[in-house]
Amino acid sequence: MNSLKSRLFLILVAATSLIWLTATCWIYVGATREIESVLDSRLQEAARMVLSLASGNDAAAALKDDDSASVPETMSYERQLSCQIWSLDGRLVARSSGAPDESLSDKRAGFSQRLIKGETWRVYTAEDPAKGVRVSVGDRLGLRSHLVGEIIKGLLAPLLLAIPLLGLLIYASLGRGLLPLQALARELGHRNADDMSPVATGTIPAEIQPVVASLNHLFRKVREAMQHERELTAFAAHELRTPLAGLRTQAQIAMVTGDGNVRKAALRQIMVAVDRTTRMVRQLLAMAKLDSIHDAKQSRVNIGDLIEEVIGAMPALDREATVGLDPALKGTMVSANRELLLVAVRNLHENAVRHMDESGNIRWSMEKRADSLAVFVEDDGPGIPKDEIALVTSRFFRGRNKSPLGSGLGLSIVDLALRACGAQLVLQNRSGGRGLRAQIVWQVAQDSEIRDSPADSNRSGFDRVGPHLSPA
Amino acid sequence: MRILVVEDDPVLSDGLKVGLGLYGATLDIVSSCADGDAALAADAFDALVLDLMLPDGSGLDLLAALRSRGDRTPVLLLTALDEVPDRIRGLDAGADDYLGKPFDLEELAARVRAISRRNEGRAAPQLTYNGVTLNPARLTVTIDNKCIGLSRREFAVLAALMDRPGTVLSKSDLEAKLYGWQEEVESNAVEVHVHNLRSKIGRSKIETLRGIGYRMRPVAS
Repeated sequence: MNSLKSRLFLILVAATSLIWLTATCWIYVGATREIESVLDSRLQEAARMVLSLASGNDAAAALKDDDSASVPETMSYERQLSCQIWSLDGRLVARSSGAPDESLSDKRAGFSQRLIKGETWRVYTAEDPAKGVRVSVGDRLGLRSHLVGEIIKGLLAPLLLAIPLLGLLIYASLGRGLLPLQALARELGHRNADDMSPVATGTIPAEIQPVVASLNHLFRKVREAMQHERELTAFAAHELRTPLAGLRTQAQIAMVTGDGNVRKAALRQIMVAVDRTTRMVRQLLAMAKLDSIHDAKQSRVNIGDLIEEVIGAMPALDREATVGLDPALKGTMVSANRELLLVAVRNLHENAVRHMDESGNIRWSMEKRADSLAVFVEDDGPGIPKDEIALVTSRFFRGRNKSPLGSGLGLSIVDLALRACGAQLVLQNRSGGRGLRAQIVWQVAQDSEIRDSPADSNRSGFDRVGPHLSPA
Repeated sequence: MRILVVEDDPVLSDGLKVGLGLYGATLDIVSSCADGDAALAADAFDALVLDLMLPDGSGLDLLAALRSRGDRTPVLLLTALDEVPDRIRGLDAGADDYLGKPFDLEELAARVRAISRRNEGRAAPQLTYNGVTLNPARLTVTIDNKCIGLSRREFAVLAALMDRPGTVLSKSDLEAKLYGWQEEVESNAVEVHVHNLRSKIGRSKIETLRGIGYRMRPVAS
């Protein structure tokens, strides 16, 4: 059943009826026993009384009645008792009106039951050997159960009347009791789809407070997610406008110009813009995906193998990069989400390739410190101006030393992905020469899995700038 | 017409350079506020096309600095930020026009022509002087209702002279109007263009003031 109200209603009505029925059964049993004992003692008393009055045959004859044929109405309370006086030699001396002819009891004394003419009699027999008489007083059991039946009927009649009344009362009370729930349902029902404001908890009963609290928690999360999504979408829409403007302008040039060379140049520019826009869309999707990850599954990842995989998967470029890989990396396991770490490493590697100078040297290596592990890539490009280091991880930030293909998202993606891996992105300009050192830093000591890197000792003295720098 | 574009997207700035060039303008492109400031300090431009979000700051700051030093160069803001409040802020900061990205190249060219002619104190789209009518929008020149075909440079020389018909323009003034920074200028380029121009529109239309420069010959003489 779906309705709380009808569910409660049925339970309450059923429970009330059950209790009433049980009580009735109890009363039935109790009344039967009580009536039996009261009537039994009355039989006993009557028998003794008759016995004490009867004194021989004459006196007994007074009791003798002639209307023996008349059968008493079965269920009348007026002639409940029947009495027989027997002589000890088995002669019926006298009987009360309505008493049967045959002997009420075949016992000489005490209580007995006997079936006479289809009716069960309860009889008490008392004997007085001195007077030579035996007195049997009995009543019909049917009469007794009729009595109990009447009592039960008297009890059931108000019950049958009360159940519907009680039902109405329960139904109305439930309606009132569930009002706060209805109010809550109404409030939620009338909300706009994007109304994520919390439900006021003031008037809400304690029982549904937990529900409302988790609902509000959910609202807050959804609101944040929506806000985030909206911002990202706005940013994206905004950022795509410039490349689109470039595309449109170049397309218009290609259409308007009569010069074949100008047209060719414009078409080439269109290709560049399409590539850049494609990349930006890809990065945006990566970003949106990263944003939706809240608890990434961590596993042990061999960082060296991962970097090799990234280098191997790089598309062929105009300029070939010479990539150096520290052998110590191959023996280093880190705790991270493999997919996310792959995204981060790929973006860092792409960045290095895009910014490297003519010599095209890129170097991946690592450094183990007392409380952290840093895996980093170094290029010999222009680096990042000091004042921009803090800004480059902001979305869509493109600094002065940007590359033509840059979307302004790469480092934000790296930053997000690394955070989800429990690591940190630290950017430094190389002090020993041109170029940038982009570090992935794990603060947790991952000692057990790390073999000592022989290259550690000869690396020091970097120009430490930027707010994200971890204490070495 | 010489235009400075401050825009950091390489494809778009290339498009502007070529595209506005097709409409007879000479363009210089810079990609940051600092370079824009330097260019404006070094040269005079007929118009400035300015992006707002630049790698080293906001175009609005550049605009504010420009206006505070009394520079009257007409400015068109060309930006992806084209919500109404953005437009209002831009115009109130001293811009003459506002265009959201993406835009139509012809519209941009027309708007740039409009703000620059207003800056010259003209309202009429054509320039007319001494029987010569120059239409900057269509890049056409008519003399006594006869259409004359001119090259891009010749047109630019004539447009520069007709902008303010009374004033004398030196050779270097004309060079500045004709060529951007990156273009190689031959020492006698201006003389050659003026010579060719005279042969097309008539020798008497342009007057040479020896050692000073050129101007449109006054009607009276």
